[in-house]
Amino acid sequence: MFRNNYDNDSVTFSPQGRIFQVEYAGEAVKQGSVVVGIASKTHAVLVAIKRNAEELSSYQKKLFPIDEHVGIAIAGLTSDARVLSNFMKQQCLGHRLTYGRNMPVRSLVDMIGSKAQINTQHYGKRPYGVGLLVAGVDQQGGPRLFEFQPSGMTEEMVAFAIGARSQMARTYLEKNVDSFKACGKEELIKHGLRALKESLVQDRELTIDNTSVAIVGVKKDKDGTAKVEPFKVYDGQDVMDWIDSVSDDKENTAPAPATVEESMDVDNDA
Amino acid sequence: MAAMFSQNPLMNGPNYSFNDAPKVNAPEGARQHRFDPYTDNGGSTLAIAGADFTIMAGDTRHTSGYSINSRYYPKVFKIGGTTADQHDANLVLSVVGFAADGEALKERLDAICKMYRYRHGKPMSVKACAQRLSTILYQKRFFPYYVYAILGGLDEEGKGAVYSYDPVGSYEREQCRAGGAAASLIMPFLDNQVNFKNQYVPGSGEGHALQERERKPLSRNEVEVLVKDAFDGAVERHIEVGDGLQMMVITKDGIEEILLPLKKD
Amino acid sequence: MDHRPQAWGRPRDDVYGAYDASYLHDSGPKTATQSPVVTGTSVIGIKFKDGVVIAADNLASYGSLARFNNVKRLRTFLNSSVIGFGGDVSDMQYLDRLLSELAIDETYETDDTPEDDEETTKKTHLNAANLHKYLQKLLYQRRSKFDPLWNQILVAGTDGEGKPFLASVDLRGTAFSSASLATGFGSALAQPIMRRYAETDEQAAKLTREEAVAVVKECMKVLFYRDARSLDRYSIAVVTKAGVELAEEEQLEKQSWAFAERIRGYGTQNV
Repeated sequence: MFRNNYDNDSVTFSPQGRIFQVEYAGEAVKQGSVVVGIASKTHAVLVAIKRNAEELSSYQKKLFPIDEHVGIAIAGLTSDARVLSNFMKQQCLGHRLTYGRNMPVRSLVDMIGSKAQINTQHYGKRPYGVGLLVAGVDQQGGPRLFEFQPSGMTEEMVAFAIGARSQMARTYLEKNVDSFKACGKEELIKHGLRALKESLVQDRELTIDNTSVAIVGVKKDKDGTAKVEPFKVYDGQDVMDWIDSVSDDKENTAPAPATVEESMDVDNDA
Repeated sequence: MAAMFSQNPLMNGPNYSFNDAPKVNAPEGARQHRFDPYTDNGGSTLAIAGADFTIMAGDTRHTSGYSINSRYYPKVFKIGGTTADQHDANLVLSVVGFAADGEALKERLDAICKMYRYRHGKPMSVKACAQRLSTILYQKRFFPYYVYAILGGLDEEGKGAVYSYDPVGSYEREQCRAGGAAASLIMPFLDNQVNFKNQYVPGSGEGHALQERERKPLSRNEVEVLVKDAFDGAVERHIEVGDGLQMMVITKDGIEEILLPLKKD
Repeated sequence: MDHRPQAWGRPRDDVYGAYDASYLHDSGPKTATQSPVVTGTSVIGIKFKDGVVIAADNLASYGSLARFNNVKRLRTFLNSSVIGFGGDVSDMQYLDRLLSELAIDETYETDDTPEDDEETTKKTHLNAANLHKYLQKLLYQRRSKFDPLWNQILVAGTDGEGKPFLASVDLRGTAFSSASLATGFGSALAQPIMRRYAETDEQAAKLTREEAVAVVKECMKVLFYRDARSLDRYSIAVVTKAGVELAEEEQLEKQSWAFAERIRGYGTQNV
């Protein structure tokens, strides 16, 4: 039988130039339930399908706040995600302590990128078995969305999905990519949930138990200055209205998904 | 004395080491550290616990010696909210003494409260935070935070709680406490007006028969007036107190911040 | 005569008293800066309607010796903030290098989105408030190690909301903010003058740029009259949302020493 000799550790290239352990870690991400992230000019949302190991158990959390302006969605090993999440939390606290500002999302993502890369180049280490979508807003800039992979790869995205059957969600996102930028948060959440639905297996649907939604954005203050709308996760009853709004019977009567129902442009000057 | 050391090489033996140079002004082998890491930035704080509220207050003057550095430098802080604007905070910390230490202490305690919330999904109780603050202060027992801290909030039963500290972490829960430059001016006033010390029921007798005035909890309005009076008095008699009065009122509905003017002279 | 090498070139003990050789000993505890050596004097700053004016003279003194007379004590940061240094000049130069590195890191980190215009990029950069916080943490950390950076610093610029920002931090990490600020001698000589024009932020918000510059120039003159460690050549910077305008070769104008004639010393002398 064929046996792969090049996947015993993460420091050996295969003759084809591949590092199998890192690729396998990428597979772990694909085992996780799907998460979707979208960014508009004013908001970034994360939506996720939660799984329960068995009927009697609770649902595994998928969305985590990091700091008031950043949060993550995870797909893969939850325990590995916890390590990264704690690290990110510490970095954000430290940055706020020394500079008195929100940590720039890009530098935060770069840090976990470098941290994950180390695991791919040292003998005896194991890559993280988790992929992340990082949603946040920068000090005065706009919302940001990043993808993170166990290889240490990070990339800024307009919209993205990772996890099991996420290709279906991505196809939906690609189809609607041009409309995201002008979306308000409600419309953005709907897009997210519709993308999630695409990824569901037959005869499964979104329920208040298995769906999580998180939002972060910028809002205009009373005096017109742009303020961070803190990262907030919604579960259970709080997501009911959103799920209802994208239910199949509603969708057939509602106008086409690409229209903008609400616009909340926030200018950077003010 | 000087001649004993330098003039004759034979007297000191044949030695060319710089370490052998006379140690006239350095008897211990090293010069004294001249850098003093502390200063006193003046100001005063005050906290009073009521039946279902706590009021924390402090003036907003910041001084170095006889100079006023700033007329608005808050000494009273909300602690342990989830965001930087502390809109959901449940605790208040006041610090007075060396301002840089005060700020460092505040930020450390705030970070700890934030991590506690993150890990446990609920805010820290005043009792727990009070114990933790004591530990933080004591950890620097031999290079202390030069601050008098007071922590305020509502306890598990919803009653007002005030914990006061010395710079190295001794602490106790009290009904009221004044701290800082004018503490010695304000505290006796508080003893009399909050705990009714030296107040007796008229005509109740003499000596041991004399009955103390019965203690009853003060209303929020009474306490607010008391605080303002205490600071107006302190401003009059202490040069390091003045400019503004910052008050935080902690109730079950949240923390309300009040800013009042004080004399600026 | 003492011919040992450690006695070469030293003042004679019989004439000048015992020589203090304590600095030659390398045993004993680790030592750090215990007093400043080459120093700059006051830095002054005042807020106005849409920014801050800050100034410091170009002199670095060695004790009472006017040692270097072309030392620039104001430095800009990413064309959005100005930092003015009083106190030890070598510590200033260390901080200057540190800030240059920070500025480079900052431009690398935040200028990553090609579609961001210059305006947006500037808003994501460290502003004066962020910078002040950083310096405060740094100086406090160093004082806590008993190895202080011997400076009094003013940071001028705008805060996160684009409002004028002026704050001070010293070698102990003590930090505060006010409508006008001055370090060193300035806190006694210049601050009272500046407070006449801007006691509060509200009053400062009514000052025009021209008025603020005039007040600061007047203060620099008063400082030159009365501070023996000052110079008549100075740097002045105006920081607004639009950026920094820094002039480093200003010369004090319209001096009048007529008042000097009337000075009759302090206390006892009155003829």
